[in-house]
Amino acid sequence: MERIPILKMGPFLLVTIQVDLYDRLALTLENDLINMVSKTEAKGVLIDISAVSIVDSFMGRILGNIASMSKIMDATTVVVGMQPAVAITLVELGLTLSGVYTALDVEQGMELLRDKIGHLEKDEEGLYDSFI
Amino acid sequence: MIVLSKEKLPIQKEQDVVLFRNRIKELATKIGMSLVNQTKLITAASELVRNMLRYGGGGVTQLEIVSRNSMPGVRLIFTDKGPGISDITLAMKDGYSTGKSLGLGLPGAKRLVNEFDLKSEPGQGTTVTVIRWKNGL
Repeated sequence: MERIPILKMGPFLLVTIQVDLYDRLALTLENDLINMVSKTEAKGVLIDISAVSIVDSFMGRILGNIASMSKIMDATTVVVGMQPAVAITLVELGLTLSGVYTALDVEQGMELLRDKIGHLEKDEEGLYDSFI
Repeated sequence: MIVLSKEKLPIQKEQDVVLFRNRIKELATKIGMSLVNQTKLITAASELVRNMLRYGGGGVTQLEIVSRNSMPGVRLIFTDKGPGISDITLAMKDGYSTGKSLGLGLPGAKRLVNEFDLKSEPGQGTTVTVIRWKNGL
């Protein structure tokens, strides 16, 4: 069965969606990601959709689900790389992706994740943990 | 309105959808549709084809390049022989869904195209026709 690979990068999980998703593949990704968050105790999930040309209401719901599920498992989700045409279409469709953090690209997304967990990982002197 | 090209693609399983979306992209590119309009059209098609699979048990799509007053466009016709929609007004309302979705499919798809027509007979099936013009706003 076809699967989207999930990479572990320090305290984060990295997903780059390079193929056009059909519904079952998106559901498998949702499932795999949540299991990986639990298994690796990841603090953040970064999903790169720069190669995705279509986000419809189903795909939007999956992204929202991943963010909410990760959140109750103490991980932050950031979606990066959305193409301008996809953003325009999503808003017209009526989907706001509320509750999902977004950033322009992978680099800024990583920074956002470091920031988000940085606040939690500060030690007594207010310094960040070394791995961050 | 003149029909310049016409082809049919059956949709029976989820994987058929990817091929269907690619084919729309080819047609839209052929008539020089902008990327934003292409994305809107394919997203709308994606919503409608999902409905067809989920509620209609699959069906047939017809992809056409059409022209009206020398303005080209892509027309898509979705036909299924499913149970049909008993209350179209309700089905077209934002946030209404008989499944577990967000209820954006039909009204959302309508917002993303220039022309939208839905015909449904309970017990007979549903036909949805949409057009996105090359330069339609």
